[in-house]
Amino acid sequence: MDWVGILLVVGRVLATFVLLLVVTILNVWMERKIVADMQSRVGPSRTGPWGILQTVADGLKLFFKEQITPKKAEVGMYLLAPFMAVIPAFLLFTVVPWGKPITIGDRIIPFQGADLNIGVLFILAMSSLAVYAVVMAGWSSGSKYPLIGGVRATAQAISYEAAMGLSIVAVVMYSSTATGSAGTLSLAEIVSRQAGTMADVLPSLPIWLVGWIPRWNLIPQFVAFGIFLIAAIAETNRAPFDLVEAEQEIVGGFHTEYSGMRFAMFFLAEYVNIFSMSAIAATLFLGGWNGPTFDSFLPVWISAILPTVWLLAKTYVIIFFFFWIRATMPRLRYDQLMTLGWKRLIPAALGWLALSTLVIGIRQFGLPWA
Amino acid sequence: MGILNEIIKGLRVTGRQMFGPRVTVKYPSEFRQKPQRFHGRHVLNRYPDGMEKCIGCELCAGACPARCIYVRGADNPPDDPVSPGERFGFVYEINMLRCIFCALCVEACPTEAITMTHLFEMSTTNRADAIYTKDELLMDPAGVVPHMFPGDPYADEDELAVADGWVRATAPGGIAAYEGVQAWQGTPGRGDWRPEPNQDESDA
Repeated sequence: MDWVGILLVVGRVLATFVLLLVVTILNVWMERKIVADMQSRVGPSRTGPWGILQTVADGLKLFFKEQITPKKAEVGMYLLAPFMAVIPAFLLFTVVPWGKPITIGDRIIPFQGADLNIGVLFILAMSSLAVYAVVMAGWSSGSKYPLIGGVRATAQAISYEAAMGLSIVAVVMYSSTATGSAGTLSLAEIVSRQAGTMADVLPSLPIWLVGWIPRWNLIPQFVAFGIFLIAAIAETNRAPFDLVEAEQEIVGGFHTEYSGMRFAMFFLAEYVNIFSMSAIAATLFLGGWNGPTFDSFLPVWISAILPTVWLLAKTYVIIFFFFWIRATMPRLRYDQLMTLGWKRLIPAALGWLALSTLVIGIRQFGLPWA
Repeated sequence: MGILNEIIKGLRVTGRQMFGPRVTVKYPSEFRQKPQRFHGRHVLNRYPDGMEKCIGCELCAGACPARCIYVRGADNPPDDPVSPGERFGFVYEINMLRCIFCALCVEACPTEAITMTHLFEMSTTNRADAIYTKDELLMDPAGVVPHMFPGDPYADEDELAVADGWVRATAPGGIAAYEGVQAWQGTPGRGDWRPEPNQDESDA
């Protein structure tokens, strides 16, 4: 790899990193504003126009706050836990293609941290790793409420990881076989297979009926989408599944004993996770960066960033839904959480997986008796 | 699928609220309408001619359940009287940290010298500053209450006009030039009273 190539990789990684930081600042503000709107309040309004700099001010304040280490803490793990939270959160997003690859000369520049051919597996791995930080923080704080939060996190992660994985399997299976090409776990590939309209999948139907419907995985895999969304909310420890940090019951949960920048890192990780999960949902189900293109009459640079705009728009629709749910639903009780995970979502995901296997198999190989 | 319906119902409620009115008032830049008889901080009133209404009788101090008022009366100097009566309030202090804003002092006052305003911004950084002396309590001859944040749009003129309207009728007038003239005084707040129905704007 020549030095231009290395520079491009570094630039890509930096761009992904900066994108995540910027959207996190915006998301925290957006959440506070939207939830305030839904509760007939005003929300942050003093710092900058519409209070948009509130997160920056809060972050700066946290920088200068004292970082307290409890006497009974397991210091090594206690200090490591915030980093364990942030690193998987950022890594999670690296496999998401957040723009259409552009070609300059003979160089193809993908807008993606890394195009792993095992992208989907990587997502599952990283989202599982994130829970270790919570457990570590809860256990190493040497305090009872964090411990309860950490224990809750393990059980919650196990219950919802399974449903999430199963719902992704259905999508991957559909995506791998729909075009008749080889199977893939690469997100870039899954996105490019969602280009076009439903007319490509259902050529027998008239074009005016299906010609305007985008060929998103959402349409054939809508049940998987629902299961993925619920599991994603649970995976990111958001309301109504925020038992891990349930303020009303266990103070701050796993981050009770954290202060200053160490707390800010958990906070950052949570919001990066929300964004990443929404982006992954948009990538797997809503066609990623695919969208209407206007290459013929728009300047080249607008055509280059338009896919990024589409992905962000789709991501923010899902993020808005996250916030909306948070403002609406009360927290689930612990047994309700387990019931929903084990008795509803996992059977539903398994059933849907079996159903889509059947349909895909019949479409691929025909009926067994025919 | 009953629960799904319930969730959608809940989402519709929050979604509707998003476009509904806000209950928050952005306080330092916007003000809520205060009730007409709002118990804010006290003010020592003057007659329209500039005479102080307080006669130093200490009835307010006696009525105060919180024992936060300290008054000492003194004889009026005959050549330059401060109040129309025999005596006047020489020292007048209210400890706002003890005051419970019950307005029993207002009830007790025989001359309506002490009344309550709509002013409520009384925070201090020093306990000693919370003891209001006569300088801080007494309105100036123009009827303006001394306030720690001058220029605050703290009170509504119309509300104040109605709030203690009958005080004017009891004003006897203190000096010869005002004999028999029914005047009106500057309000603790912004601007002047509106004239009585039988009076002209030019008398203000």
